[in-house]
Amino acid sequence: MLDNIPILTLLTFSPLLGIIAVLLIPKEMGHWLKTAAIVSTLVSLVLAGWMFIGLDHDLEGMQYEEKATWIEIALNQEAPNLNAAEKLIYQFNYSLGADGLSGALAFLTALISSMAAFASVHIKKRWKTFYLWFLILQIGMFGVFLSRDLFLFFLFFEATLIPMFFLIGIWGFSDREKAANKFLIYNGIGSAIMLIAFLMLINTAGFSTPQEDPTQPLQLIYSGDVGTIYQNLQDPGSYANVHHDRVGTANPFYMGLAMKEWIFLMLLIAFGIKLPIFPFHTWMLKVHIEAPPSVVMIHSGILLKMGAYGLLRFGVELLPEQAQTFALLIGIVGVVNILYGAVLALVQKEFRLILAYSSISHMGIVLLGIAALNVTGLQGAAFQLVSHGLISALLFLIVGSIIERTNTTELNRLGGLAKAMPFMSGMLLVGGLASLGLPGMSGFVSEFLAFLGLFETMPVLAIVGALGIIITAVYVLRGVLAITYGQLPEKFQEDGTVLRDARLTEAIPMIVLTAFIVLLGIYPSVLSEPLHHALSSMLARIGG
Amino acid sequence: MQMMQLAFADLRYLGPELTLVIAAILLSLLDLVVPRRFNRSWLGGLTLLSLAVSAVFVVIAMRMYNGADAEAIQLLAQSYRVDDFGNLLKLFILTGTFLTVLMSFGTVKDEDIPHQGEYYYLFLPAALGAMVMVSSGDLITLFVGLELLSITSYIMVGLKKNDQKSNESAFKYVVLGGISTAFILYGMSFLYGVTGTTNMAAMNAELRFIDPSMSGLVYMSFFLMLAGFAFKIASAPFHAWAPDVYQGAHTPVTAFLAVVSKGAALALLFRILYNVYFNVGDSDTPIHDDLFLIIAIIAAASMILGNAMALKQHNMKRLLAYSGIANAGYLLVPLAAEFGPMHYSNFTELYYYLAAYLFMNIGAFAALIAVSRSAGHEEMSAFDGLYYRNPALAAGMVILVLSLAGLPITGGFFGKFYILLGTVAVAKYWLAAIMIITSVISFYYYFGIIRQMFMRSHAPSERLHAGWAQQLTVWICAGATILMGIFPKPIIGYIEQIFHLTVDFFI
Repeated sequence: MLDNIPILTLLTFSPLLGIIAVLLIPKEMGHWLKTAAIVSTLVSLVLAGWMFIGLDHDLEGMQYEEKATWIEIALNQEAPNLNAAEKLIYQFNYSLGADGLSGALAFLTALISSMAAFASVHIKKRWKTFYLWFLILQIGMFGVFLSRDLFLFFLFFEATLIPMFFLIGIWGFSDREKAANKFLIYNGIGSAIMLIAFLMLINTAGFSTPQEDPTQPLQLIYSGDVGTIYQNLQDPGSYANVHHDRVGTANPFYMGLAMKEWIFLMLLIAFGIKLPIFPFHTWMLKVHIEAPPSVVMIHSGILLKMGAYGLLRFGVELLPEQAQTFALLIGIVGVVNILYGAVLALVQKEFRLILAYSSISHMGIVLLGIAALNVTGLQGAAFQLVSHGLISALLFLIVGSIIERTNTTELNRLGGLAKAMPFMSGMLLVGGLASLGLPGMSGFVSEFLAFLGLFETMPVLAIVGALGIIITAVYVLRGVLAITYGQLPEKFQEDGTVLRDARLTEAIPMIVLTAFIVLLGIYPSVLSEPLHHALSSMLARIGG
Repeated sequence: MQMMQLAFADLRYLGPELTLVIAAILLSLLDLVVPRRFNRSWLGGLTLLSLAVSAVFVVIAMRMYNGADAEAIQLLAQSYRVDDFGNLLKLFILTGTFLTVLMSFGTVKDEDIPHQGEYYYLFLPAALGAMVMVSSGDLITLFVGLELLSITSYIMVGLKKNDQKSNESAFKYVVLGGISTAFILYGMSFLYGVTGTTNMAAMNAELRFIDPSMSGLVYMSFFLMLAGFAFKIASAPFHAWAPDVYQGAHTPVTAFLAVVSKGAALALLFRILYNVYFNVGDSDTPIHDDLFLIIAIIAAASMILGNAMALKQHNMKRLLAYSGIANAGYLLVPLAAEFGPMHYSNFTELYYYLAAYLFMNIGAFAALIAVSRSAGHEEMSAFDGLYYRNPALAAGMVILVLSLAGLPITGGFFGKFYILLGTVAVAKYWLAAIMIITSVISFYYYFGIIRQMFMRSHAPSERLHAGWAQQLTVWICAGATILMGIFPKPIIGYIEQIFHLTVDFFI
């Protein structure tokens, strides 16, 4: 049924509908602008759901592949003594594809985006520009998860940078400009390092000489096509793997072991900044505090996942041997992330900072799952991506509603909200319990799988890392209980009308997110089945 | 054997240059004859017209005399060449000058610049000098072109007679420019001494079989000339003049210096590097390799210094000056990435980024004129709240700034990416890494401008009325920038189709 429809292109550019609608609506009509944006994200959600359900779980490799050559640039036409048979070309492909992993994350993107669109009703000014950037950001995120070409991936990756800069810098809290700057510089450096690694990959393994028609002159093609690069790296006879000595002359496409290790390391740093791994995390704390809550939902729920996705897709899948070399490093960094995030979350006085540090801690679990380099571990990592996306979106959704009513999330200025807002406090507790990994919810499944995987390969690290789970329980409960129980602060006691419980537009996204969290907790095979082939094929080359 | 004399029939090849010569003479006479009470901006219109006519002649030359397979036309004992290298760069020079003159309309006031007519038609000899530079096959011709451009631009910088800053910058420019010219000339004299000729093709042939004991002199000649050219293109370590001179000069003149003058000098360096010094030396004295390494180091130093110094600037013209220094670094990268089995597209890379640089820089200067007129100063804060005051101008400026920062989907991004592809093709990864990382550093100050426009407010927030000329320039530039980002293929394809190293470049 889906074969004839370019579903992935439709999905990726579905936010254009909303962009056109928002452009047409005058800027004073805030209500209409919001409605248009929400409807547009719902359309994307339907498409994403359709795509995700349509995935064939028994097939290996990419599905729904779409490929078109966008730009071809000849690199040697100026050459003296040009041999007509040889045309060296750099090819930019527009190529999309989805497997269980990218499909799941694209669906997550659609889900969280539409929930964030609901949550954006709290935005107070310049709605039109806000929704424009919001929807452009959504295009970028879909593209990142679905593109199958390094260059295209880079374009979409950069395309998320500029909207986020504006979303933080214009609609954030008091220190927003600094946060936006910090976001821009850190992520800019990350994508710069990524670009260098990509260029090295393209220049060596991205080389191919397809000859469909023998009468035509031979074409030598460079491209960022992930499939080509994968084939070249895998095939021991390809140019990328043949040493200079065996060719006789210098082989410009040869990729030595050192070069592979450099590339992997650069990818690790580039995506590590996004993830974020421990020394590169300061920018995301700032964003968590300063960005408007609905933007943080996207930032924490999806953008951080782009780092982990990139590491899996380009690091582990393309260079599994090097992943093995660096597995211990990844594991140690993961443990540091878990413990550092958890311990610092323990002492924060600001609820949003607790959540920010908890994100660092939870991303550590993703790293542990990757470090395990077996299917169980990777399942755990991928599960954690989706589950943490849902949970942090839920928590920041509630944070947004609380800020709208009380203007603060500092623990000592809040308390006793359970009485005034029973529904929202309950939801906060649910989110907290999911975050600390209560069985029956998605957080439990992912942590369990990740640690189970790691126990097989690095038991010591797994034991140390598991300590983090205990601390998690403490800081989550400390934060949630300080907000919901205890004495209601005086200024709210006099004026009870401020603290009204969730409206319908706030309740719907909370319920939807909770439903997905519970669904993944009690019936994990909705996700694990589509993931299975995507992840096991990553490890096929190292016998994992 | 080429004739020493210029036959009458050969004049047709010189259409572009002759147009400018005739127009410059006619316009200066008209300026003398017409009484002073008439407004002089019609002289600007005529300047634009003559630039356009000249461009038409260039296009005719490209289509009729040169092109895909035709040989280069050599005049006056091979000292003057009409080839695709020169033609493409002439188009660049003429477009740049055209847009600079266009953005000047409405900015030339009697109290600033007493001789309005002069202001306009001085662009013609300057452009002519640049055009002679890019089409010379002989050091003498080359030097004549260089001097014509330099002396005209000294005058142009100092045109704001009553402004102390302008006088200061003109003085600095004359003195330092004179010294750099002396360096170039001194370097050329070494070359002549070693080879006994001033013709570039003959020089290369001599240099390839040079006695190794002379190699010190060859190095000497290159370093001396490089010092001079690095001054002209404002690349480190000879960049210090740029911020001061740019700040003092009338803004369109600054744009001319930053774009046309820089581009012409780069083309010249390209020609000298590849024509005279290419493949010189042997395994014992690898002159060729050393020289390319030096270029790479200078490129890296310019990128690092330019971007680092720009971080601290609040004055827009100084900021754009440092951005220009950084861009000189990016533009030197294709020069440093020499030919290899996988890489022959240096010139196309250089030209593409040069074209992108032309549009984004001139557009940015035009936007600066528009906002600084109402603000009364040229600090970055002149842009504050521009989004509320003139959203269309702000949107255009955002495109230009994103292109300068090298973000997709703009000409600046694609130009940089194309250069990067060439750099990794010759496995100069370190240079590529410096280029990428310094581009990211530049985000900081470029986004500072965006911050001013979108996140600061301006009191009172009344509408900003920009002059039609500036608005038109910004829009032409922003449009071209976007087009170059989305559809790079036609331009690159066209250059590759007509430009061939053997025919159009090596003599």
